[in-house]
Amino acid sequence: MKPFGYLRATSVEEAVRAAAGQPGARFLGGGTNLVDLMKLGVETPRLLIDVTRLPLDRIEELPDGGLRIGALVRNSDLAAAAAVRDRYPVLSQALLAGASGQLRNIATTGGNLLQRTRCLYFQDISKPCNKRAPGTGCPAREGVHRDLAVLGHSDHCVATQPSDMAVALAALDAEVLLHGPDEERTVPVTDFHRLPGDSPERDTVIRPGELITAVRLPPAAPGTRSRYRKARDRASYAFALASVAAVLEVRDGTVRHAALAFGGLAHRPWRARAAEEVLHGAPATEDTFARAADAELGAARPLRDNGFKVTLARNLAVDVLAGLAAPADDH
Amino acid sequence: MEPNPHPPEPGGAPSADGHRSSLVLHINGVTQTLTVDHRTTLLDLLRERLGLTGAKKGCDHGQCGACTVLVDGRRANSCLLPAVAQDGRRITTVEGLAEGERLHPLQQAFLERDALQCGYCTPGQLCSGVGALAEVAAGFPSHVTPPTADPGTPVELTDDEIRERMSGNLCRCGAYPRIVEAVRDVSGGAGGQEAAR
Repeated sequence: MKPFGYLRATSVEEAVRAAAGQPGARFLGGGTNLVDLMKLGVETPRLLIDVTRLPLDRIEELPDGGLRIGALVRNSDLAAAAAVRDRYPVLSQALLAGASGQLRNIATTGGNLLQRTRCLYFQDISKPCNKRAPGTGCPAREGVHRDLAVLGHSDHCVATQPSDMAVALAALDAEVLLHGPDEERTVPVTDFHRLPGDSPERDTVIRPGELITAVRLPPAAPGTRSRYRKARDRASYAFALASVAAVLEVRDGTVRHAALAFGGLAHRPWRARAAEEVLHGAPATEDTFARAADAELGAARPLRDNGFKVTLARNLAVDVLAGLAAPADDH
Repeated sequence: MEPNPHPPEPGGAPSADGHRSSLVLHINGVTQTLTVDHRTTLLDLLRERLGLTGAKKGCDHGQCGACTVLVDGRRANSCLLPAVAQDGRRITTVEGLAEGERLHPLQQAFLERDALQCGYCTPGQLCSGVGALAEVAAGFPSHVTPPTADPGTPVELTDDEIRERMSGNLCRCGAYPRIVEAVRDVSGGAGGQEAAR
């Protein structure tokens, strides 16, 4: 690891100013991904700006009935918060489906959104990778890609976005609050992560020097239920092969509201708008749910070894939607 | 279990070359002022500088849990924590679990259940188990906790709960069944309460 400077920021403004003045700077939150990438030589910051002592560690009720989640709220605290468990169970479930107990105690809300892909080639600096070293190529296309993208990938990159939390936030229409050197702005989570296109080095739309200060959740729609389900190679402590976050309201046997997002399939949480179009106003039956999943996943372009993900995601979606439509026994 | 119990404290003063800083750590009840290279992880500081070799370096990438310690009473992978960023924190390693000659109840349970073979993962298992018991007592849910469970009340610690909550600690000897038994023995006892001290 190369030597680097360390600055403990005492205000958001100080942190942002320091980052803007130093192109090789990185914000340090929990560090669970950043420190690992520094050990691997993937990240080589010249300055770490420690933002963990900033007053961004609160979950606040908003006047409209939503929640404002500070960027430094730990994953374990967010998953345990009564307001989240009661009103946004999909978010609590997604957080608890990720990482391990000790990692969730360290990892922050803002950092979770910014974690990098676990594509093996990205993490191995002896290999080409367009995301890590633009223009060097993508060995994953012909190599080990069982875990990688089936939707929205490009010739340049087939990486997947690894966060479970972000998938739930996408289904909940959450927004990311950003504080930059010149302005503060708000970006919907569904627009925050990018598709790789010809510039896979950019995971998100975040600009140089911008710091995530909070995530804002709109009020939970009355009558909706929500759930997260994840398929992985181990029963616990593994990244998603495919996952589904769903928010559903069924009244008199008809779908009144549906929001669906897939994880593990693409370079960003995949909000399933085509599936939602099929669901809205349709009878809440397994046939509808299967047609909805097919409408979305028809666009899938699996690689040689990951076609199974399409079937897996379809079955997960049908199961989760059917569970949410069934008479209440849990969320 | 406050999310961030420490207000900003003085410290983190950089050295002349800008690559080292001083900090204060409270390790197993002893306050120490140290100067560290910014690249030093908490794990390396404990093992290489302070002689506390209980926490183990397994993978050094946050995947195995052998380095687990308690930071302000909560379990964390010390291999991923820059030491400089822990300024002012209370660190408890496996060496700090016992009170004198009296083992922590979970240590005692590991002995009685023979919950180890080679022992390399054991310090991490113990710190993780102590942290997990505190989380259970505080009502923190897990992936297998029923969604209907009441927030804020202690979680019923089934074997599924123990397995899920301990999944961040790998054991290549495969002592898992005995580890589950040891954690189960202590649940409902003093272990969970003591962990939060």
